[in-house]
Amino acid sequence: MAYLLLLPTLVLLALVVGFPLVLSAWQSLMQSGKGIDPATGLIIKGDTFVGLQNYLDAFTGAGAGAGFWNAFWNTTLFTVIGVSIETVLGVAMALIMARAMRATGLVRASILVPWAIPTVVSALMWQLIFDANGIANRLIGYQVLWTTEGWQAKAAVLIADIWKTAPYIGLLTLAGLQTIDTQVYEAAKVDGANRWQTFWRITLPLVRPVLVVAVLFRLLDAMRMFDLPYVLLGRLRSGQTLSMLATDAASKTDFGAASAYSMVLFAYICLVAFLFVKLLGADVIGEGNRPAKSRRAARRQRATSEGSLP
Amino acid sequence: MSARAARPSPSRRTVLAAGGITSAAAALAACSSDGGDGGSDGGGGAAAADFEERGPITLAKGKDTTGKLAEFLDTWNTEHPDEKVTLIELPESADEQRQQMLNNAQAKSDAYTVLGLDVVWTAEFAANQWVVELPKDGFPLDELIPSTVVTGTYFDKLYAVPFTTNAQLLFSRTDLLEKAGLDGPPETFEEMYAAIETLQKEDSELLGFGSQYSKYEGLTVQTASLVASAGGELFDDKGVPHADSAEAITGIQTVRDGFDKGFIPQEALTYKEEESRQAYQDGRLAFLQNWPYVWALGQAEDGSSKVNGKMVASLVPGIDGPGSSTLGGLNLGISAFAKNKGTAVDFIAFMVDAVQQKDWGLATSQAPANAGVYEDQEMLDAFPFFPQLKEAIDKGTSRPAVVNYGDVTQAVQEAAYSCFSGEKDAEPAMTELQTQLGDLAQG
Repeated sequence: MAYLLLLPTLVLLALVVGFPLVLSAWQSLMQSGKGIDPATGLIIKGDTFVGLQNYLDAFTGAGAGAGFWNAFWNTTLFTVIGVSIETVLGVAMALIMARAMRATGLVRASILVPWAIPTVVSALMWQLIFDANGIANRLIGYQVLWTTEGWQAKAAVLIADIWKTAPYIGLLTLAGLQTIDTQVYEAAKVDGANRWQTFWRITLPLVRPVLVVAVLFRLLDAMRMFDLPYVLLGRLRSGQTLSMLATDAASKTDFGAASAYSMVLFAYICLVAFLFVKLLGADVIGEGNRPAKSRRAARRQRATSEGSLP
Repeated sequence: MSARAARPSPSRRTVLAAGGITSAAAALAACSSDGGDGGSDGGGGAAAADFEERGPITLAKGKDTTGKLAEFLDTWNTEHPDEKVTLIELPESADEQRQQMLNNAQAKSDAYTVLGLDVVWTAEFAANQWVVELPKDGFPLDELIPSTVVTGTYFDKLYAVPFTTNAQLLFSRTDLLEKAGLDGPPETFEEMYAAIETLQKEDSELLGFGSQYSKYEGLTVQTASLVASAGGELFDDKGVPHADSAEAITGIQTVRDGFDKGFIPQEALTYKEEESRQAYQDGRLAFLQNWPYVWALGQAEDGSSKVNGKMVASLVPGIDGPGSSTLGGLNLGISAFAKNKGTAVDFIAFMVDAVQQKDWGLATSQAPANAGVYEDQEMLDAFPFFPQLKEAIDKGTSRPAVVNYGDVTQAVQEAAYSCFSGEKDAEPAMTELQTQLGDLAQG
């Protein structure tokens, strides 16, 4: 009976998630009509089934798949470096926001403003800042050509992304921080812990379940990043991510290649999420209170509920 | 509490249900792919479109900020009450417009009748049979500028009629030309570089020459212009690429020399139309190659321009003489899936008629495709650079008319950018481009 009640949701999920996914996978095994009739100049229509050729082209960088590894490397770079810095900054912001101080509301609101601005708007704003004669170069005193090929383009994307999304981690971590009992801090003070020890051995382990979930969400978002580098850098190869590559292929009506890139990105994201959940125990569905299945998970559980590592 | 109720793993029923739904979805997907695209149907000539049908149609075009288009439609609609034209406004960006027309074509929808096509889309739209071949006798083609009619032709057949055109001009400053000791604007790059050298000796902050060298479509415009000015061509009439010809390499090398010697500033690698115009208007740039729209903005009296009253327009610089600018503009085609194509043909003929073309030119300052308008005194009074513009259009060159234009333009941009930014030299960059274009031409 319970499963019958779940059926409408399952059908909806299958329709909205499953169906496009299967269609995409099927499309990635085809190539659309490529030949041109030499007499009339018209394209010979029809999809041909080519099996895994689109994937092979992508991985070997042949023909249409030339930009794949560059995009893969960019995506990984933006994700790893971006999310690492965002986490550090986010936790710092959360610690500031958690203190009771004058104008708490104002401080919290101003920290959250970057997250509230739509990505496209902030990308346009950063484009103005990173203009060759813009504010960034005036402050540095040297004309860095941010929107040309090279490491400075990647740096521009990272700066804009971190500015925008560190508050997101800050917000979620703040929620976690507020669940920590102040008595724990008092006990630590009595035991003579300094600020660094308090942070590292009490705050961080207690906020860890929330932080890990926030970081997981940020990882998934960062891997799908499209609008920021698209608006900020346009066509530059230095900033092209896998999503941009897929969109580019689709706009050139090469739907087989676009689907192949999307499927690879999908597999990549699934892999990262799976590893994250398994290794770091991201508690995405609230299993925290159930008896743990393995000794390692049991150790983690003790850590979070007792507030100190064994 | 029974063990069964507490067991969290999915029951057999859920697994079967999930499996059933997924396989149903897969079957559905497989069926729809086979049915929809199976079988080739474009090999032989497409059936001739029916140009006898008349009735209401739609015009799909980018935004018109002047309101002139609405006036034209009112005129037409009053004269033809049974064949009304409705305007469907598309987004401002050319890429977005193309995406909308692409979606319309993929859905085989009859929502758009007359399409406002960018000049570089003709080959792609024609080869994919998204637009129909047009009857040459339905339009006053002999009244239109010949180089613009070429942009609407594919495989010797007419697929789109030019509505407006565009060519780039060189904008110099009268005060700086005097200082450099020149009688008029420079005609070759050599002359211009010499003038910049003289000017930079006095004022080391002056930026020299600027154009659109950022990695976007504007870079393809520049590259095509440079190659044509040097006497070469990226693709010949038969679609064979010649990117590694001596002329093409000379053309690219000329601008690379400018970057190396400081006559073109490094920041020009970030310039699109607006950035280059801003630099020129602020007085930082001595010479600007851009579209004619900068004239009105540069001559503004309200203090936004530091160069008003000091602007002079001429043909773009070339290698041995004045150069050849790349053509821009808008063509009108008819969607293959639309109804009432007969009305559409007459409507397009109406839009390219001399009366409408003159009205449009005066209101929007866009260059008309109709040649007769350029002799009109009212137009010459309104836009003093029109004779130069007409000459530029007559001598203009088109960008590659290839079906996979998206791939070709990206390859051209990569090659030109790598050369101008100093990453590669002109010869290896163009040789690599030739290989890539060769692969793309076969594909």
